[in-house]
Amino acid sequence: MYGIGIAKGMLVTIKHLFRRTFTVQYPEERLKVYPRYRGQEFVWYEERCTGCATCAKYCPLGIIKIVTHPVGNPAEGFDYYVDVFDIEIARCMFCGLCVEACPYDALFMGTHYEMASYTRQKLVINVDQLKKAKKQPSAFMRPHLLDVKYEEDTSLTPERAGRMWQGRWAGGEKPAPQAPKTEE
Amino acid sequence: MAFRTEPITVNFGPQHPSTHGVFRMRVTFDGEVIVDMEPVFGYLHRGSEKLAEERTYTQVITLTDRLDYVASMSNNLAYVLAVEKLCGINPPERAQYIRVIMAELVRIASHLMGLGFLLNDLGAFATPLMYMFREREKIMDLFEMVCGARITFSYMRIGGVAEDLPPEFYPAMTRFLKEMPGYIDEYEALLRENEILLARTKNVGILQPDKAINGSVSGPNLRGSGVPWDLRRADPYEIYDRFEFDLPLGKVGDTYDRFLVRLEEMRQSVRILNQAMEQIPKGPVRASVPMLVRPPIGDAYAHVEAPKGELGFYVVSDNSIAPYRCKIRSPSFINLTVLRDMVLGWKLADMIVIFGSLDVNMGEVDR
Ligand code: SF4
Ligand code: SF4
Repeated sequence: MYGIGIAKGMLVTIKHLFRRTFTVQYPEERLKVYPRYRGQEFVWYEERCTGCATCAKYCPLGIIKIVTHPVGNPAEGFDYYVDVFDIEIARCMFCGLCVEACPYDALFMGTHYEMASYTRQKLVINVDQLKKAKKQPSAFMRPHLLDVKYEEDTSLTPERAGRMWQGRWAGGEKPAPQAPKTEE
Repeated sequence: MAFRTEPITVNFGPQHPSTHGVFRMRVTFDGEVIVDMEPVFGYLHRGSEKLAEERTYTQVITLTDRLDYVASMSNNLAYVLAVEKLCGINPPERAQYIRVIMAELVRIASHLMGLGFLLNDLGAFATPLMYMFREREKIMDLFEMVCGARITFSYMRIGGVAEDLPPEFYPAMTRFLKEMPGYIDEYEALLRENEILLARTKNVGILQPDKAINGSVSGPNLRGSGVPWDLRRADPYEIYDRFEFDLPLGKVGDTYDRFLVRLEEMRQSVRILNQAMEQIPKGPVRASVPMLVRPPIGDAYAHVEAPKGELGFYVVSDNSIAPYRCKIRSPSFINLTVLRDMVLGWKLADMIVIFGSLDVNMGEVDR
């Protein structure tokens, strides 16, 4: 008989009237992102960064620009001061390869997702912004951050954020820098 | 008195909502009947194959995300399989299970989207699509837990996957697997016997099995024509030979059969997922492979059964850090070649439905 199939479909639709809604009203209600969320606002720790530019090399788009100059005594080996650390967020695809490559746990994906801006110039994150930014790193490629819960304005300390150089931050000896895991 | 009429050529697309992307069909009509059709594509060409030649092997993974952007996981999988074949790397067992889980989840997500848009084109406007998007959203949530992104995953790496499954994945996955069969039943109740749908899809756009084989059609479109060919069975990659599942086959090869095959395939995917979640062993998820791999000189071809069909990557290495050549055999592109034969003789409204039932993705067609 004609119409039975349509009636069956209608029944399903009517059932949905009594279900809880699945959507949320966005600006008022916000969903929580998962700890591994790869979001905007790259979190960068000046103290941990050596200026090695591994992150820049691994970016498939080449949008990280790093300029450094050596400081300190040549006999003891230089430290490098990072003058420029520009991330051109407008072209970034949040793949996380830079974060995966960083051997010193200095660069993290962020947990923010509202990245609209009125001008393109504002879509370049520079070193001052990175220094000043609220540090709420995501747990992507940093499994030791999986259980960190962020409040509105907490900032993670560089000690907590890293997992390799624990000794250095605890006031212990400075371990030998670990070479990035590449073939060459 | 009879008027003299002439066929008229109409450009359909490239920016038409029902072309699923930027696709143009130059259609010649005689009245409302299609007498000729020429597909025109290339609007979304980004040169992925060329771009791959100047990126390292790991960086190319991010490019593969952008082929079939509703099913990025299977693109990742096909590419890393090809590179692993090239270097002779064996990923750990747990990584293989995780990859299968991801590939099957993404198959459900892609079929949900394909079916939703097919029904949308049929005039079941937005309601079934929204129901299907609700389930897709849950799958996207699972992906977000696992890899931090919802569309462009970049999750698989040469020699495994980027990270292990997080603890919150297991309860969410169990809940999803419990709920999903009920939802699939619901979609069936919603539309399977709907008289309007039957009238619009039964015996419309028949793809004969011999024509499908000659046209190299693969995936649900081929199985809708009744040809039992699935790479998971025919050439089991990863660990697909450990799972039990059926191949849903169509009888006539019409639009309705392709619709049903996709619906049934989602059930089979849930079955595979259930088995995989039971069997998954503990252990490492990543073989120790440097981020800058340098495969030996040679070439390799690896193919997987992506949601749309056979997706293959042919990678040639000259022992440098970037592929010398990376050819992508994308299912959507090849499935499109039979479109002309399928729509000739049908009316304009049927053309939309037939095109929708092929479930192509323009990101993959143009690459
Ligand atoms: S997330 Fe990806 S695209 Fe963005 S800066 Fe890092 S490597 Fe480059
Ligand atoms: S890879 Fe890490 S340590 Fe090296 S420059 Fe980038 S952020 Fe700094």
